[in-house]
Amino acid sequence: MQRIGVFVCWCGSNIAGTVDVAAVADALKNEPGVVFSTDYQYMCSQAGQDLIVSSVKEYSLTGLVICSCSPRMHEVTFRKTAAAAGLNPYMVEIANIREQCSWVHKEMPIGTEKAIILGKAAVAKVNLNAPLTPGESPVTKRALVIGGGIAGIQTALDIADAGFPVDIVEKKPTIGGKMAQLDKTFPTLDCAACILTPKMVDVAQHENVRIFSYSEVTDVKGFIGNFDVTIKKNARYVNEDICTGCGDCVTKCPQKKVPNEFNLGMDNRSAIYIPFAQAVPKVATIDPAHCTMLKTGKCGVCSKVCKAKAIDYTQKDEYITEKYGAIVVATGFDPISMDKFDEFAYSQSPDVITSLEFERLTNAAGPTAGKLLRPSDGEHPQKIVFVQCVGSRCDSCSEKGKEYCSKICCMYTAKHAMLTRDKYPDTEVYVFYIDVRTPGKNFDEFYRRAVEEYGVHYIKGMVGKVTPEGKKLMVRASDLLDGKQLNIDADLVVLAAAIEPDKSARSLATMLTASMDTNDFFTEAHPKLRPVESPTAGVFLSGTCQGPKDIPETVSQAGAAAAKVIGLLAKDKLKGNPCVASSDELMCNGCSSCEKVCPYGAITYEDKEFRMPDRTTRIRRVASVNPAVCQGCGCCTVACPSGAMDLRGFMNEQIMAEVDAICK
Amino acid sequence: MNKKYLRDDIIRMSGVNPKKCMRCGKCSGTCPAYDEMEYHPHQFVSMVENGDIEPLLSSDSLYRCLTCFACAERCPRGVEPAKLIEAVRLTAIRRQGANRLTPSDIPAMLDEDIPQQALVSAFRKYTK
Repeated sequence: MQRIGVFVCWCGSNIAGTVDVAAVADALKNEPGVVFSTDYQYMCSQAGQDLIVSSVKEYSLTGLVICSCSPRMHEVTFRKTAAAAGLNPYMVEIANIREQCSWVHKEMPIGTEKAIILGKAAVAKVNLNAPLTPGESPVTKRALVIGGGIAGIQTALDIADAGFPVDIVEKKPTIGGKMAQLDKTFPTLDCAACILTPKMVDVAQHENVRIFSYSEVTDVKGFIGNFDVTIKKNARYVNEDICTGCGDCVTKCPQKKVPNEFNLGMDNRSAIYIPFAQAVPKVATIDPAHCTMLKTGKCGVCSKVCKAKAIDYTQKDEYITEKYGAIVVATGFDPISMDKFDEFAYSQSPDVITSLEFERLTNAAGPTAGKLLRPSDGEHPQKIVFVQCVGSRCDSCSEKGKEYCSKICCMYTAKHAMLTRDKYPDTEVYVFYIDVRTPGKNFDEFYRRAVEEYGVHYIKGMVGKVTPEGKKLMVRASDLLDGKQLNIDADLVVLAAAIEPDKSARSLATMLTASMDTNDFFTEAHPKLRPVESPTAGVFLSGTCQGPKDIPETVSQAGAAAAKVIGLLAKDKLKGNPCVASSDELMCNGCSSCEKVCPYGAITYEDKEFRMPDRTTRIRRVASVNPAVCQGCGCCTVACPSGAMDLRGFMNEQIMAEVDAICK
Repeated sequence: MNKKYLRDDIIRMSGVNPKKCMRCGKCSGTCPAYDEMEYHPHQFVSMVENGDIEPLLSSDSLYRCLTCFACAERCPRGVEPAKLIEAVRLTAIRRQGANRLTPSDIPAMLDEDIPQQALVSAFRKYTK
């Protein structure tokens, strides 16, 4: 029989305001096994924990029930307290009488009644608890960063600086991500390339960093500290190790009509290409969809002009498998497609562009060498209309847009408007806004400067319709503050398109068993207290894959993710979770139900020899759980038709005892 | 009829939830009849939400709306102001003697270019 101590927490007035804590302590006193029961103002405080430790000694307690907040909040705290008092940490049960009781009920009698019932269930469970000891697993001291944008680069640099090897996997031929496509950065207006490209060089030259560009992660197995990752290195038909990046092949390639994705299709590139001058690694890549040699076998110009003999038309995709202790997701974002927004005439006129296209149009390395010219006729636009919130802040049922605020558009639109007025003071610039959201250091000052110093016309209202008419774009919009409908004959319309997570994120999340929200942003383990960790142990989040972010925020989060990875890799051994499934071989009928439902691949079947009662031996097929891989989700225990599977710490009989206690 | 009842009735009839409006003004930015109207689509939404319905009921704006549904189609929040205007218009013409169009008005309005269907719709929109 257990000797159980019950400790009811007031949580100040959080619990005590709606639950009669003294009555709860009193009611639980008479439950089977309970030898001591009390209440205290703050159980998690040092004084509260001391009370637990002294009570364990005084009453020789063998099990603890803490009636307090959610176990997600303080289960770890109280397990440590139990260990300090000499108990096995798994002899502690939490009855959640805050989130499930005082915060959801208004009346004291109802709250108190439910608190007592939850307390009884916890007592019933502790009566059946057994001490559990976590196993240990080694840690592979190498990290994987998926995505080579500013988030991935910063995370990799920080981890590498701490002395741990890091691999970056980037699907494009170069690292740099979206930031490499930007012209200037708000609110300081320093040039994106000037601050990014030195970091790209740093990371490429770092002795602890390897870059797999033009590569993808295709399979992830294993668990925290011990991931086995398969990386597919796409054939670029150029030997990376000997290509010098001289660019002779690019100049001589006869196929020059390939839309240049780096400039968002606003100009063309050749079939063999280096995305931009500062690309890292600076090696050429052949686009197999457009290369005449690869398609028809007749060309070979690049191979002839290459002095380094780096061209290799026979190159094949290569798969490599590597072990990692931690994985950082930094897959970034893309602007959403404007195809469904017919009212803005994006697909009807080349002079309706997105903000990212505007970045390329104003970038010195862009298709117009930095001159702001209309894509249709190359003329200088006199009147420019910026439309904010295109596809952001839409209704949840919207088929066109996203429900969230994309966060960065207010600031980059202010930047675009300001830079346009600065470079071309003869241009009239209108910005249509719903709200101007500028919560950031020096952000509102920046926006006010655009209005006050640069004379940008900010109009509260939304553009309803853009109609191409001859060389002009007729913009019909409302001016809500003046109570007018405006008709502006614009030369260029710039749409601040909402951003969405990169399309590859969903399949990656499945591989990692990392959770995502309905918008395909990765979910963090706790929105406030664990913002850079995925709920899946050993998987960390960096940058916009977790939610819309600007560059300073991305860099901060990248550093935070790196700190978490370093903390993990610094350990030699990891304590596992002892609450894992185990199968009773004598009851297992070998049906494979558990193997099919296990999301972690922790269950395998093996043929085992059993001695039968009649002294013969028989080979039977039985399930076996790898405790290092099992995450304790319990799917298998539900699927098992013969009741052979059970989850330590949540045994079937423990759960039934809780249910009995609640229904009594 | 009290103010709250009128408001709730219009919301129920239209199936529109004016609270979803984020005041972006895209409806009024897109409205082809904007200049003809005293109250504009976005004002219909906020005035109904505030229960300020009598001015709308007596306004000619009700009959200037073309029911082209551009506002409903383009509203990012799915509020559909056109449906709300329709509900206010129905509330107005359902009052006793408030029919906007009677059969005796028709001969004076006849025009070779007006299709038959337009007349039928006019009766459906302007007559209880």
